[in-house]
Amino acid sequence: MSIDWSSFTPWQAVSGGVLIGLGCVVLVLWNGRIAGISGILGGLVSRVEGDVAWRLAFIVGLLAAPWLWAATHHGSLPRGSFAPATPGEWAQVLVGGLLVGFGTRLAKGCTSGHGVCGLARFSRRSLLAVVAFMGSGVLTVFITRHVAGL
Amino acid sequence: MTCLTAFFGGTLFGLGLIVAGMNDPSKVLAFLDVAGRWDPSLALVMLGAISTAAAGFAFAARRRCTLLGEALQLPDRRQVDAPLLAGSVLFGVGWGLAGYCPGPGIVGLWAGSLPAAVFVIAMLFGIEAHAWYDQSCQQAEVGEVVADS
Repeated sequence: MSIDWSSFTPWQAVSGGVLIGLGCVVLVLWNGRIAGISGILGGLVSRVEGDVAWRLAFIVGLLAAPWLWAATHHGSLPRGSFAPATPGEWAQVLVGGLLVGFGTRLAKGCTSGHGVCGLARFSRRSLLAVVAFMGSGVLTVFITRHVAGL
Repeated sequence: MTCLTAFFGGTLFGLGLIVAGMNDPSKVLAFLDVAGRWDPSLALVMLGAISTAAAGFAFAARRRCTLLGEALQLPDRRQVDAPLLAGSVLFGVGWGLAGYCPGPGIVGLWAGSLPAAVFVIAMLFGIEAHAWYDQSCQQAEVGEVVADS
């Protein structure tokens, strides 16, 4: 293992993390809800009556974030450097999306619901979920990058 | 009022992802790539988010209701079961393949990123597939109960 010190951004990481945490705090203190993105989306897709408005508002809030960012950064939207080039890389994004959708609904949580909120509530279920998805995520990247050489 | 606070919570959450650079799958994949040039940033994002959220959840648990006086609707499931583990493993594989988890996918979608759009559409199909799978499981259970009686 070699740490890539040139890409490591500890202060941005911690301050961004605190903002994410504050988003969760706002949602639990005023709405009494867990800020789990996959759960919030899942509830929108299954359209439970009387339970749609706050979910939609949260998602619109997420969507507003890159525009607020752009407004304070000379209008440039935060797109990142990620750019799939080959059909194989696009296939990875597509298959990844399907698995993320199905898997997070089956496990009832993703990086936000289990990872942030679950661990913040000291849930054993969430801890095991995090170990499982971090483990399989690391293994998947190991296979694609160092075994298959994609 | 609850819509306004949910909107505000979502905005904070999304800005946090952007500030931390977590909207960029390259950075997330660099965290998962422990055998390559490893970028530990994501671990610090989790640390900052979890410790901040823990304070809020501890306060909410003591109050037992929201600041607006409504009941808390928090998960109370405790048992570790097969769907939890199988679902998490599948999610991890998808995360490792695409570099996106649900939050960054949605934020990226509105930042006009094409890969994020492809990811989110595929993810919605995955969510729909699970709803369909869940429904057929429930029907199978009902069928078994009828057969038993």
